[in-house]
Amino acid sequence: MNARSLTRRLRAGLRGWGGVSAMAVVCALALAFVLLLPRTQPGGAAAADAGQGLAHGVQAKADEKCTDGRPPQDHSLSPSGTSATQENVDAIKTRGRLVVGVDTNSYRWGYLNPNNANGALEGFDIDLAHRIARDLLGDADKVAFKAIPTSRRIDAIDDGEVDMVVRTMTITCDRLDQVDFSAPYFKTGQQVLAPKNSTITGYNATLAGKKVCSAATSTALDNLKADKGHKIPASTDIGTVVPNQLDCLVKLQLGEVDAVVTDGALAASQAAQDPTVELKGGLFTDEYYGVAMKKGSEDLVRQVNRTLANYIKDGGWADSYKTWLHPTIDQDNKKSPSATPPEATYR
Amino acid sequence: MTTPPKSSTAPPGSGVPTLPAVPPQPASPAPPGPAPAPEPVPARRTAFAEGADRLRAAATTEPGRLRVIGALLALLVVAFGAVAAWQMTDRASAADDVLNSSQPLSSDAAEIYASLADANTAAASGYLAGPQEKPSVRQRYQRDIDTAAAKLVTAAASSKAGSRSARTIAELNKLLPAYQGLVETARANNRQGYPVGGAYLRAANETMQHQMLPKAEALYQRENQRLNSDYADAKAFPWAAVCLGVAALAALGWSQRRNYLRTNRVLNHGLVTASAASVVVLLWLVVGHTVARAGLNDSYDHGVRSLNVLHDARIASLTARSDENLSLIRRGADTTLVDDKPKDTYAVGYDTQIAKLAGSLTKAGSLADDAAGRKPVKDADSFMRAWKDRHAVAQKQNDQGDYRQARDKVIGVGKDPTSVCFDNVDAALQTALGHENREFRQAASGGRDALDGLPYGAAVLAVLGAAGAVLGIGRRLSEYR
Repeated sequence: MNARSLTRRLRAGLRGWGGVSAMAVVCALALAFVLLLPRTQPGGAAAADAGQGLAHGVQAKADEKCTDGRPPQDHSLSPSGTSATQENVDAIKTRGRLVVGVDTNSYRWGYLNPNNANGALEGFDIDLAHRIARDLLGDADKVAFKAIPTSRRIDAIDDGEVDMVVRTMTITCDRLDQVDFSAPYFKTGQQVLAPKNSTITGYNATLAGKKVCSAATSTALDNLKADKGHKIPASTDIGTVVPNQLDCLVKLQLGEVDAVVTDGALAASQAAQDPTVELKGGLFTDEYYGVAMKKGSEDLVRQVNRTLANYIKDGGWADSYKTWLHPTIDQDNKKSPSATPPEATYR
Repeated sequence: MTTPPKSSTAPPGSGVPTLPAVPPQPASPAPPGPAPAPEPVPARRTAFAEGADRLRAAATTEPGRLRVIGALLALLVVAFGAVAAWQMTDRASAADDVLNSSQPLSSDAAEIYASLADANTAAASGYLAGPQEKPSVRQRYQRDIDTAAAKLVTAAASSKAGSRSARTIAELNKLLPAYQGLVETARANNRQGYPVGGAYLRAANETMQHQMLPKAEALYQRENQRLNSDYADAKAFPWAAVCLGVAALAALGWSQRRNYLRTNRVLNHGLVTASAASVVVLLWLVVGHTVARAGLNDSYDHGVRSLNVLHDARIASLTARSDENLSLIRRGADTTLVDDKPKDTYAVGYDTQIAKLAGSLTKAGSLADDAAGRKPVKDADSFMRAWKDRHAVAQKQNDQGDYRQARDKVIGVGKDPTSVCFDNVDAALQTALGHENREFRQAASGGRDALDGLPYGAAVLAVLGAAGAVLGIGRRLSEYR
């Protein structure tokens, strides 16, 4: 009895020391990054804000860098700058309605709840679209939502069907050639989803011999193909490819696959629909969602970035996150990297 | 319980009864010497050769010749009657199969297909309506599943064990509960407000469209093949019987001419009776079969072909309706490339199916041969046009982001709903199907009835004719006694 309590105290003590030393390492790292990468800091960030510093460190380490050497999410325009014309914003104001391309099947992001008697859409993306409309037109309800398929997101912008797309759209270098993005409004990455009682612990060796489902033409599928035999065992069966990430949840529930790989944000949306599955391990890539707009619509991009900055500052972002995403993304009261709004770094 | 074999001190093999040693056998007695040669008897000749000899001997005298002629005539007339009876029995039973076996079975298979497609449409409609689902839609789904299950049992009973049809039916029997499971899971998730319900409904739709319906189609095609071969059997012209009939009549004519030349008598009652009986059988055969053929042709042209086209129209309308619903359920989650541009799979599907429906209706209109048949087809056509117009409005509302109005229009709670148009098209098509089915039965049973009594009549008349021939020749023969 005595011996056990002694060990426990000793272990607790050790853990305390571990925590302290980890903190020290984090601080040192943060300091190093602050010193080494002063240009990524939008001026005067205190070294004491270790968490923020770390976030930037990860951001700087992001897998993808565009031809100009900057990560894709750091290409948006500053809200304080001035644009040559105001034609895009004016056109929306004249019309009196903002047309936004959204998804209506992503639970907690953009979703049409059949039990909503008024047929209104709901979710994190929908809240953001309402906020953009409020800042632009003075009325959060002056917005028309159009369901846009994943594969038509860029076409819909090009064809002028929608003013912008707010639809869990990752900012990538390729897409930057076709459309303009706002500053990042959400940090996510690829993540593994599996039944709670599964032996799978994340994107690692525990996937050996398991069947993994992913959506066709998705980042998840690209990663799985590239990592097979390296980060994940060669015995992992990645042959199950479906048209939409949600179809993976069907396969998981029917027992046809053992795990799903998709954006952490969407994986969380799947987990919210089934209490017996959960996110396994952390995000294994870094991705940022942005609002996509027609290429060259500087005025509109700055307008949206102004909204984003205010939305984050006045707590609107945090409220929306708490309502829709916190319950499934932050597990066991452990704060996910997604829980903090990404810091904007303008071009 | 088994006990381990006891260890035994007995010499090995003691437990096995040994065969008594066989004493060396004396060599088998040598076969007796060559059998005594049979007594030389004159070689026996076959009965046929003897008969031919006797016939040749008889043919040298007139009575002998008459006997031979009488026998041949009787034989020809009986053979004609027998072949006519046999061939007409075949055709009558094939015609009966068309009416009472293969067409109903082909209809059953079509019914399986249609109920499955209808169930899928009802499931999608009910899902889209969600909490506003009408009990009638739910009942329709249930009734369709029940019909399909019941018809599958009937089809299984009439298919041979181990045949391809039996295998297809077994596969459908396995898929049906799996499909129902997906539909119910979709409903349960939708009730909780989870969009994964839509993904389940998609899985159900895929199972139906890509696995179950093709199998039901194959079943239908196989039954249809059986129907076509029954038709061919019933319509084949009885050449053998007709040729024999002509041969018998020619023989009868020749023998009467011979009679006339020898005796100067114009009429021999027996031979005339035989000729008359043969003419009646021949005419009955040709006229009866021609009438039957006409009836069967009519039943095929105005029954089976119309029924096939109307079935196609019904399937196109059902698929268009489920696509219309799925387009609003999946809301762009599935896309297909059209001219390299991604388009909503179900919106494209709706357009394709409506075009198919329009084509089938035009064809059905031209196949319908009376006003009663044309009217429901015309009705269906005008309802289809209204449906297309209303669908275009709903599609536009959806494209403009007015999802709720579009949905209300499709599920039937809004103004000018498309659901009513679909229901009307379906009802009109059912009426047309009922009419064409009656037409088919009427024409086919008319055709089959034309063959009624022919086999028996041919047999009886042939016996009569043969008797006449024998008596007629017998009368001439008696003059030599």
